[in-house]
Amino acid sequence: MTPQNPAQRTDPPMPRPLTIARLLLALVLGVSAPALRAQDGPLRIEITEGVIEPMPVAVPGFVAETAGADAIAADVTRVVASDLVGTGLFREIPREAHIARVTSFDAPVAYGDWRAINTEALVTGAVGLAGDGRIVVKFRLFDVVSGQPLGDGLQFAGPPGQWRRMAHKVADAVYSRITGEGGYFDSRVVFVAESGPKNERLKQLAIMDYDGANLAYLTDTSTIVLAPRFSPDGARVLFTTFETGFPRIKLLDINSGIARPLAEQPGTMTFAPRFSPNGATVVYSLEQGGNTDLWAMEIGTGRATRLTNAPSIETAPSFSPDGARIVFESDRSGTQQLYIMPAGGGEAERISFGQGRYGTPVWSPRGDMIAFTKQNAGRFHIGVMRTDGSEERLLTASFLDEGPTWAPNGRVIMFTRATAGATGEPALYSVDISGRNLRRVPTPAAASDPAWSPLLP
Amino acid sequence: MKIQTTALILIGALALSACSGPNRFGFGGAGAGGAGAGAAGGPAGIDMSALGDPSNPDSLAHFQQVVGDRVLFSVDQSVLSDEARSTLLGQAAWLNARPAVNVIVEGHADEQGTREYNLALGARRANSVQEFLISQGVAANRIRTVSYGKERPIEVCSDEACYAQNRRAVTVLTAGLGS
Repeated sequence: MTPQNPAQRTDPPMPRPLTIARLLLALVLGVSAPALRAQDGPLRIEITEGVIEPMPVAVPGFVAETAGADAIAADVTRVVASDLVGTGLFREIPREAHIARVTSFDAPVAYGDWRAINTEALVTGAVGLAGDGRIVVKFRLFDVVSGQPLGDGLQFAGPPGQWRRMAHKVADAVYSRITGEGGYFDSRVVFVAESGPKNERLKQLAIMDYDGANLAYLTDTSTIVLAPRFSPDGARVLFTTFETGFPRIKLLDINSGIARPLAEQPGTMTFAPRFSPNGATVVYSLEQGGNTDLWAMEIGTGRATRLTNAPSIETAPSFSPDGARIVFESDRSGTQQLYIMPAGGGEAERISFGQGRYGTPVWSPRGDMIAFTKQNAGRFHIGVMRTDGSEERLLTASFLDEGPTWAPNGRVIMFTRATAGATGEPALYSVDISGRNLRRVPTPAAASDPAWSPLLP
Repeated sequence: MKIQTTALILIGALALSACSGPNRFGFGGAGAGGAGAGAAGGPAGIDMSALGDPSNPDSLAHFQQVVGDRVLFSVDQSVLSDEARSTLLGQAAWLNARPAVNVIVEGHADEQGTREYNLALGARRANSVQEFLISQGVAANRIRTVSYGKERPIEVCSDEACYAQNRRAVTVLTAGLGS
């Protein structure tokens, strides 16, 4: 949590409080304030937004350093600014207000000009075409308030088709330096793209950048597909498909597009798969004779092990990041609740005790929290709690919110929100774990069941 | 004689609908809660089956409309109501008289639940029906089950009136599976 760079800054030249420190404080407070509300208040929470003042950031157009780089430089600049503003933690100072003109990446920064328009963070950059056909994207970050660089400049080189990823990497570095948190912009989301009427919905797997760009379909609409889940390296996806007529788990290699079914087991249905942190094991639900239990399978050998043995429904398992434990949902108490057990099975401890039903638990990549779906009094919520069940906080409320997935840095959650009625449709939304910055994730049509990838290499 | 002929027609239609993987649920027709659409998928996946005349006890229409091909469940329940048992007694009698016909029991849930839980709940419902039919003498190897969870509602409003119709198990006639 402790930011490196602001901590080193001993003597701020300006008398007003350090905005970056303030921003971090707000992040921390944002985590604890809604907790009180969730614990004392009614469950229909009004999510308050705009409590924190976004940090003013200037992102002047990246300098085109070689002929023909102008268009791509403008595109990169737009994506960097969009990433930062999309967090809700920054607001962009419009280009028209800029006094200083950045025409050279290496020219000295006119701090006075940026301060005059209340800039607090300044991102400058440049884009050039290298001789080998690659593009080079460079950036520097400045703390305008204290009048000094925030970290060293960095450059990324890659094929021109990867310009968006390079822009995301710039924004990740900026975000990370200012918040002290890992970034999440250079990541992808796999989800279920939906079309057609509600009673005859067509579904297919799709993948896109976290911001909706570069959409591609991974399956066709010939059968129902559900709940894709990334492997820890982001290269493979587990999902459930009805292509045999019965729900079965398949494993899809994203690059080759080849999907193969997991080894068959007795029983009529396998679903709700998720990878172990080392990518070698799948934990999933197997239904036999109407009863659903949790199993684990080694992907390499197909060897399956039973993890639970109860007449109740055990499903939606998710590993802790260290691979030692599994959180899952069970209705063994009479209603859906959350439990944690050792990864090899065994005694499970219930962790959810609030009113209503709890399902689809997902362990945070940071290990500190569990996100879940809560259903109470006819409403659905996305919430988070500590792994011991304490500090439950509801982040959203609607007719139907479900299926949280964590951003790689464990600070943002994406989920499915569906609207009611005959024309009701699902869409993807994201929200900070503070409950702020609820946003619709752009998709070309109805969408559900998002899974957020790890940060790309 | 007449009965034998119609049974043959029926079985012929079943065999047709069962000839390919996706279409093997096709016999459910419009009444089967979109199972055909679910399995066959795309707009081109239109299944055709002879419904027959409901007054003919061997017809698919008779099974769907007169015997009743579905039972409904309470919220989050898979227990069979008295009404459901009555319907299933009729199904069992019909099936016991036609041993060549196999079925798939589809379990469904309303939209008021999470996706994974509803899949498991639909499986419970399908299993309740399967166990009841077995208890009434229908051979276990004639019955398969599948859960669609909340993926295939037949009614699309977001009120209890629709939810009640969607919390269902539908017995879909098929043939040849597992035999």
